Amino acid sequence: MKSDAPGTTVSRRQFASCAAAAAAGFLLTGCGPRRLHEMPPDRLKDALREMERRYAQQFGAAVTVSDEKALPGVEFAYALDLSRCVGCRRCVYACVEENNQSRDPQVQWIRVFQMDKGKGVDFSEADPYYAPPAVPEEGHFYVPVQCQQCRNAPCTKVCPTGATWTEPDGIVVVDYDWCIGCRYCMAACPYGARHFNWGKPAVPKDKLNTKTHVLGNRPRPQGVVEKCTFCIQRTRNGRYPACVEVCPVGARKFGNLLDPDSEIRYIIEHKRVLVLKEELNTLPKFFYFYAT
Amino acid sequence: MDTVRLFSQFVGGSIRQVLRGHALYWSWLAFLLVLIASGAAAYWRQVADGLIVTAMRDQVSWGFYIGNFTFLVGVAAAAVVLVVPAYVYDWKPIREIVIVGELLAVSAIVMCLLFVLVDIGRPDRFWHLLPPAGRLNFPDSILAWDVVVLNVYFLINFIVVTHIVYMAFTGRPYDKRVVVPLVLLSIPMAVSIHTVTAFLYNGLSARPYWNSSILAPQFLASAFCSGPAILLFVLQLMRRFTRFEIKDDAIWKIAELMAYAMFLNLFLHGAEAFKEYYSNTEHLLYTRYWFQGLGEHRAMVPFAWTAVTLNVTAFLLFIIPAARRNWITLNLGCAATYAGVYIDKGMGLIIPGLTPDALGEIYQYYPSMTELRVAAGVFAIGFLVFTLMLKVAVPIALNEFQLKPGPAVRHR
Repeated sequence: MKSDAPGTTVSRRQFASCAAAAAAGFLLTGCGPRRLHEMPPDRLKDALREMERRYAQQFGAAVTVSDEKALPGVEFAYALDLSRCVGCRRCVYACVEENNQSRDPQVQWIRVFQMDKGKGVDFSEADPYYAPPAVPEEGHFYVPVQCQQCRNAPCTKVCPTGATWTEPDGIVVVDYDWCIGCRYCMAACPYGARHFNWGKPAVPKDKLNTKTHVLGNRPRPQGVVEKCTFCIQRTRNGRYPACVEVCPVGARKFGNLLDPDSEIRYIIEHKRVLVLKEELNTLPKFFYFYAT
Repeated sequence: MDTVRLFSQFVGGSIRQVLRGHALYWSWLAFLLVLIASGAAAYWRQVADGLIVTAMRDQVSWGFYIGNFTFLVGVAAAAVVLVVPAYVYDWKPIREIVIVGELLAVSAIVMCLLFVLVDIGRPDRFWHLLPPAGRLNFPDSILAWDVVVLNVYFLINFIVVTHIVYMAFTGRPYDKRVVVPLVLLSIPMAVSIHTVTAFLYNGLSARPYWNSSILAPQFLASAFCSGPAILLFVLQLMRRFTRFEIKDDAIWKIAELMAYAMFLNLFLHGAEAFKEYYSNTEHLLYTRYWFQGLGEHRAMVPFAWTAVTLNVTAFLLFIIPAARRNWITLNLGCAATYAGVYIDKGMGLIIPGLTPDALGEIYQYYPSMTELRVAAGVFAIGFLVFTLMLKVAVPIALNEFQLKPGPAVRHR
């Protein structure tokens, strides 16, 4: 697959002037490019405007890149009702569209596993590629898995450059401009929640979600890791993640763990709740429960 | 300035030294250059199209490159550990053996760093690891530790070997106050580069196959087989093609030490296999994938048993004194060791570690043509570096290429 986005071919002269400008900038600031969350506010603003300009050129549409910060007193958590999920995978596709995941090669942040009711939650017996004419299938249940937003996240600990970290509202994010693509985080993640851009990510121009967040659904470059961010571009503006909104059976619940009156707190306090691979002490903020 | 003049003569003399050689030498260089060109072409495509041209995917996110990296860290570590017996048993050409070991270590580290470089998705951002412009997540990330220890180890060996060779060139004795502490320091450093590399995998609770405390000792044991195996080949070749004198006893002693290391390696493997099979928990899956295959997924099984066979054969050949004193069986044993450990630590560590993946899916990984070509290119660069460095260092160590009192460079 050839890259044909405008602006990716650079003449020698452009390259020389860019290199000179970069070198000058490097010397003037004394530190050159920095990780997003370490940038002084005015430099970050410039960086965001530059991204918007670049994406607008690439996709031929007005794109906004926000850096909406975490709200104080908020820690997000998620709960998924295993007794309701029917395995329709609408969440998978809503996520792809909302978060500008690559269509070719395919990247999907949510994977749904079909499991045998007789065997319980056992991933070695699970089938992520089930394709019957209609779901749910008799004798089976479904376990969708995405980033578990661990409190004790193995992925952020192992990152050699500090390109991934946990935000104050508990969302584990990746700086796509700082990641070197070593994939150590993917080896460390017990939930297969991290995905690598093995090829150049392709999102059709008319399919781009133009409302983006710098740590979330903005278009990604080739060769870096990406993951579920609880739809950071939505949830920091008081909206539900796309997967919660689209779920036809209401199996997906989302809210603020620090708000005692939230739905998520009610579920955790009143339902039978479990987390995946509890023995690893990752302390997920993604809970599974049985409402019925 | 005298030093500048001396050094420029050293460099000029080295270049002339490298440019002289027999037909065999030139065909070897040509062969390496062909491999490098092919690797560079494959890598060029990989950079343009992305790692999608490899067989790695989200399920098996590390493969052949990282396997080779791990193996070569072992080679780099073991090359220098030979310094210990060289001192203890007072082998005659100790200085030469130390130099060869350190040159091998330097070349192996060059290959290690290149294998990491070709594996990462954004080689253009490599500098993100280098403070002050970049940021190294130290001490949290074991990969950050690995970056530190590998580079320190590289520097130590590079400094020692350059110093010894340069001083020999100028006809002065090397500075013991510099060399001895650095050589002694390089021994624990050798252990530490391999331990840290083992911890890189060992610390991941997500991967039960790696999350076993036997990993670091087993890494070291297997490294003490594979590193000396290469060194034995090199020492024999040097005996053949130069006036380098290496006593048979030294070679046999290395082979004997390899037998003990291989025993330890097999024992630790056995201990791990016992634990997995007898306790028979869900973590047995990965070991079964390697030795038996899971369902129709059996691509790794021939590799597993080839490695076992080679390792056991090597052990038997080296534990029998008559066999390690026979040049044919000695070299067979070396080849078996090298191949056995290479399979074990390349494919055998990485692939079953990631298969089935964290959520139980089996993705059958097998390196793509691009990966094989790039890897061959990296090996060729390493061998080229090693060959050229030996070409300069050996004549100097033999006093064949040296600065005479007076500025002229004496040639043989």
